[in-house]
Amino acid sequence: MRHIISILLENEAGALSRVAGLFSARGYNIEAMTVAPTHDASISRMTVATRGSEEVMEQVLKQLNKLVEVIRVQDLSDGPHIERELMLIKVHAVGPDREEVKRLADIFRGRIIDVTDRSYTMELTGTGEKLDAFIHALDPGMVIEVVRSGASAISRGAKGI
Amino acid sequence: MTSPTTTEQRPTAQHQEEELTGAEIVVRALRDEGVEYLYGYPGGAVLYIYDELFKQDAVKHILVRHEQAAVHAADAYARITGKVGVALVTSGPGATNAVTGIATAYMDSIPLVVITGQVPVALIGNDAFQEVDTVGITRPCTKHNFLVKDVRDLASTLKTAFHLAATGRPGPVLVDIPKDITGHKTLYHYPEKVSLRSYKPTVKGHPGQVRKAMQMIAGAQRPMFYTGGGVILANGAEELVKLVRRLGAPVTNTFMGLGGYPASDRQFLGMLGMHGTYEANMAVQNCDVLVAIGARFDDRVTGNIAKFAPHAKIVHVDIDPSSISKNVRVDIPIVGDLRQVLAEMNQILAEMDHPTDARALAAWWAQIEDWRKRDCLHYIQNDEVIKPQFVIQKLYELTGGDAVVTTDVGQHQMWAAQFYGFDRPRRWASSGGLGTMGYGLPAAMGAQLAEPDSTVLCVTGEGSIQMNIQELSTCLQYRLPIKIACLNNHYLGMVRQWQEFFYGSRYAMSYVDALPDFVKLAEAFGHVGLRADKPADVEPVIREALRLKDRLVFMDFQVDPVENVYPMVPAGAALSEMILV
Ligand SMILES: Cc1cc2nc3c(=O)[nH]c(=O)nc-3n(C[C@H](O)[C@H](O)[C@H](O)COP(=O)(O)OP(=O)(O)OC[C@H]3O[C@@H](n4cnc5c(N)ncnc54)[C@H](O)[C@@H]3O)c2cc1C
Ligand SMILES: Cc1ncc(C[n+]2csc(CCOP(=O)(O)OP(=O)(O)O)c2C)c(N)n1
Ligand SMILES: [Mg+2]
Repeated sequence: MRHIISILLENEAGALSRVAGLFSARGYNIEAMTVAPTHDASISRMTVATRGSEEVMEQVLKQLNKLVEVIRVQDLSDGPHIERELMLIKVHAVGPDREEVKRLADIFRGRIIDVTDRSYTMELTGTGEKLDAFIHALDPGMVIEVVRSGASAISRGAKGI
Repeated sequence: MTSPTTTEQRPTAQHQEEELTGAEIVVRALRDEGVEYLYGYPGGAVLYIYDELFKQDAVKHILVRHEQAAVHAADAYARITGKVGVALVTSGPGATNAVTGIATAYMDSIPLVVITGQVPVALIGNDAFQEVDTVGITRPCTKHNFLVKDVRDLASTLKTAFHLAATGRPGPVLVDIPKDITGHKTLYHYPEKVSLRSYKPTVKGHPGQVRKAMQMIAGAQRPMFYTGGGVILANGAEELVKLVRRLGAPVTNTFMGLGGYPASDRQFLGMLGMHGTYEANMAVQNCDVLVAIGARFDDRVTGNIAKFAPHAKIVHVDIDPSSISKNVRVDIPIVGDLRQVLAEMNQILAEMDHPTDARALAAWWAQIEDWRKRDCLHYIQNDEVIKPQFVIQKLYELTGGDAVVTTDVGQHQMWAAQFYGFDRPRRWASSGGLGTMGYGLPAAMGAQLAEPDSTVLCVTGEGSIQMNIQELSTCLQYRLPIKIACLNNHYLGMVRQWQEFFYGSRYAMSYVDALPDFVKLAEAFGHVGLRADKPADVEPVIREALRLKDRLVFMDFQVDPVENVYPMVPAGAALSEMILV
């Protein structure tokens, strides 16, 4: 099953590679990994999207907790949560395609953030599936490049991690 | 580096602080930490530190002949004393040579602080002379590591390193110090305490779980204790013995746990696992409650996981949550320091009336005695060829079972584990998890420094001893009267045994040809060498070695080249599927 794990860790050089190294050394799967400082500059928050059986997930959480720089770990998939990903996508847009792309962007609540006479660059946020769906809705030949942030996630409700 | 450490300021300390160089801080911190021995080897990046060591004699430096040996010596010193072992090596090749030692300590959860020199901060990342990414290389084999980039962080980082090494599940911690940092000056303040928001090991077991476990254990028909290296690390032997004696239950130790329960006690069934005894393995496979204390269900212990202890409910006490349910599903997990948990269990047990089922226990013991009669460690010593088991047995007898024993890796190591009975903890130092050939001799050095008045035996093989033979020179320099017992079978015996059993007796590269004359070799290093060719020589050679109290003696026992270690559970088989003699 797919799991979204939130990790609070010391904002220090090396902390990121400890987490990444743990996943590769123990053969855990990583679909995506994002990290940035929180409102407390001494703490970073990392979101890891991973897959594994219940047993593997139990070890993933325990091993993460064991890292000296890790402050807190939570499997957000255990409860209701919100997941968002940012995508920047550059597409060929000439002739009739220009209108078509704009309409599609509207449907997906994307925004055009850069324009040339031959291309549009758009930003979209949403779940991974929504971003996938947008890409699929486009003619494959139109896409010039795609950059995705990987999932960020937060639990629903008033309580913090 | 911004240190995550919050350190408690001593209110009166202010006026005691003085400006020191980084190198002075290192030495002062070691002194303030109460470090007695520092095992190391100098080089460019640590010369400031060596210069400071030269000016004092509180911290005694032991000069090894290879950095791997420095770390092994510090490691064995830690195993025997229970203190943190400390090693100091230079950057680049000094650090890479130390890696095998660090990984060895990591696998066996041994508390170490390893200080490595590094190129100056400005040169890091420039492929500078003798630069390696030490923190990167050692990240997966240390409990934690640090690169100190500001002299103001140095003292608190060292304090944190000692704290991390010794607490929770112990392990090696590395502090990488660039050369320029050892020259910079700052006010010295060594914190008394460390508190890390991200590191708070659970030491007290959950009371409800402990009570539940105690009820399950006391109510067992066929209980079995399986205890490991954690009992040694936690100094938990006394509480363990109390509990097991009161319950009247059988107990086995892992290889790492030897000495945690007295080997000469009737309730002790010997070691379990791949080369464990028949009775210990059968008892594990047939018990109804298995109590694992400070043991990590290693694959050498469990054999085929799916068939491990099939009838048992399992209680597992461990300070590291990731050890629990990693390999084997556990029914009652207890995270905490096992000494405290065992003390609580003893208390609960004391309050129970008629806690155990005497009749069931008697039947269980009758069954166990039956297994014991199988006499699985039996061997026959004739007049012609020395049996390796016989050598260990004689060593045990002639040292009164009270030597500190270190080993290398191979058959000799298993025979030492099977035939030298340890009645006390911290008398045994052997590389269990990594299985590092070359560990034995440097480990014996650390052990002899830890226990200057004890007989220190290094049980080794002619293959392994050559992996750190250069340390014979260190032993002379510090007059370490180690007794080396080399079970010389002219084979990489453990490899040969696997080839015999599982590779059609094709002995690829397991024959050690062109061996040196170990007697002459010992003499060349300034020591005494003795050889035993016949069974009748064994006892006189050992007696002579023990008589030479202040000399290192290398005993070369020419043993049966094709003897095998029995019992043996083949890889992938269930524990009960042993190859017996
Ligand atoms: C050639 C060879 C053959 C081997 N054959 C065997 C064999 O037949 N049988 C065998 O047993 N081993 C054998 N070994 C050793 C084996 O590889 C493992 O090293 C060993 O089994 C591990 O022992 P352990 O489970 O006690 O764990 P250790 O590695 O000693 O780990 C200690 C455990 O205790 C926990 N702990 C530490 N401190 C505390 C505390 N304060 N409170 C609570 N818990 C704590 C730790 O978290 C950890 O889980 C062999 C090794 C070699 C090289
Ligand atoms: C550094 C290292 N290299 C290789 C091995 C694999 N290995 C395990 S036992 C062994 C043979 C050891 O031979 P010896 O020291 O003569 O001991 P014996 O088994 O003959 O008693 C080898 C090569 C190892 N454990 N460590
Ligand atoms: Mg050999």
